[in-house]
Amino acid sequence: MKPLAPIAPGLRVVLGTAFFVVFVAAWAAATFGGFVSPTFLADPLTMLRSGWVLLTQMNFGYDIGMTVWRVLGGFVMAAAIALPLGIAMGAYKPVEAFFEPFISFSRYLPASAFIPLLILWAGIGEVQKLLLIFIGSFFNLVLMIAVIVGNTRRDLVEAAYTLGVKDASLIRRVLIPGAAPEIAEALRMVLGWAWTYVIVAELIGASSGIGHMITDSQALLATDQIIFGIIVIGLIGLASDLAFKWANARLYPWAALGR
Amino acid sequence: MARILSIRGVERRFDTTLALQSTDLEVAENDFITILGPSGCGKSTLLRIVAGLDTQTAGEVTLDAKRIQGPGADRGMVFQSYTLFPWLSVLDNVCFGLVERGLPRAQQLEIAHGFIAKVGLKGFEQHYPKQLSGGMQQRTAIARALANDPRMLLMDEPFGALDHQTRELMQELLLGIWEEQRKTVLFVTHDIDEAIFMASRVVVMSARPGRIKLDREVALPHPRHYSVKTTPEFAELKAELTEAVRVEVRAAQQAAAAA
Repeated sequence: MKPLAPIAPGLRVVLGTAFFVVFVAAWAAATFGGFVSPTFLADPLTMLRSGWVLLTQMNFGYDIGMTVWRVLGGFVMAAAIALPLGIAMGAYKPVEAFFEPFISFSRYLPASAFIPLLILWAGIGEVQKLLLIFIGSFFNLVLMIAVIVGNTRRDLVEAAYTLGVKDASLIRRVLIPGAAPEIAEALRMVLGWAWTYVIVAELIGASSGIGHMITDSQALLATDQIIFGIIVIGLIGLASDLAFKWANARLYPWAALGR
Repeated sequence: MARILSIRGVERRFDTTLALQSTDLEVAENDFITILGPSGCGKSTLLRIVAGLDTQTAGEVTLDAKRIQGPGADRGMVFQSYTLFPWLSVLDNVCFGLVERGLPRAQQLEIAHGFIAKVGLKGFEQHYPKQLSGGMQQRTAIARALANDPRMLLMDEPFGALDHQTRELMQELLLGIWEEQRKTVLFVTHDIDEAIFMASRVVVMSARPGRIKLDREVALPHPRHYSVKTTPEFAELKAELTEAVRVEVRAAQQAAAAA
């Protein structure tokens, strides 16, 4: 192996798949071989079987739907406010000076610590879960967008000015289109974090959702179901990540050029 | 000939360093003025002040007897760095200023196609900047500036990052366009051949703090062929300018060593 030397696409897929195989094989060896008690860790086949039961007999599809809905709802709310605010902060330094210190402080507040407060304020319904995801993603998202917009190449801004652009159209025609691919990347990352918050929200005071199923299974020591739930989360996260990457590549073909 | 740009007693101070001192320059309609000088002599600063991207600390710059208050479409600029908007195709880059002026699309396209053909980029209209070589990017940048039909063209070492052969071809291309349109040009360079070949007047600036120390008419006839670079008149002017610039480069080095 040479440092930084590229790898053939086919080999990349083989290696990437290989580790999944190794991982599952180790898991199977540990459980089928009797090295780990089923109370602590179910074997892969049992996990798949109970997953099937969950989906076909226990309406787990509804839980998945609820969780996806909560993630998207909270994330869309956060993005809807973070986009205009982040762009305004990136473009106008006084706006940034006004909001930035508070938001920098807020983003270090652990979102899960807000759960008791949120339950007090919003009950244990959907609003509480959406708010938790909102808190978990909004502050980071605003700061990331502000930094991205603020880092717009100054020579492009100057070129635009010498072509007769005024301030309002500078934002619309230079700052936003130039920052769009990186903002889309930031959205993709934050959506990944939103997934971790939704499970936390569902572990406490929920009557549906993947997190709720996991808590219920804990009471029954059903490690097979817990693992199945975790894998479903991973798969949905992976799918949304790939969908985001695909959409970004389609929307911003120029951004991938010459990389 | 009518005077269009007037630089009177312009000074630029950055904190404690004086970059430019009491600079005067009168630019007549259809002039092609090249500005030569050692690195850091303030020639780019002077050009940026004319562009309205920088502000003088004393003195006055007027275009058509009106004080320059900031950047505007009447002064097109081509930068040394590649400043095409990476998210726009060649065609849309050239249309950028025309969109800002609100021209109907059909008229934009007609103008843009004309200038794209003039810089020899027919067939590359739909390419993104990152798909073009450096020379092609700068040709697009020239087309973009000219399409806006500015009062004058400001060029800040536009060929500085190109290889020698491309650079010579670009000089011929630009000179050809100038011979046809006689757009007034202010062109900063540190390449003496380039300065003489294209100019109707060459101006030499002193080491920092910069001021104009030499102003020579270039009487070589038009249209100029690249073979003009081997004529005795060219060589004579080159010898004089080389000497003048050399003295300033040494002065700049001594100042740097003393500091």
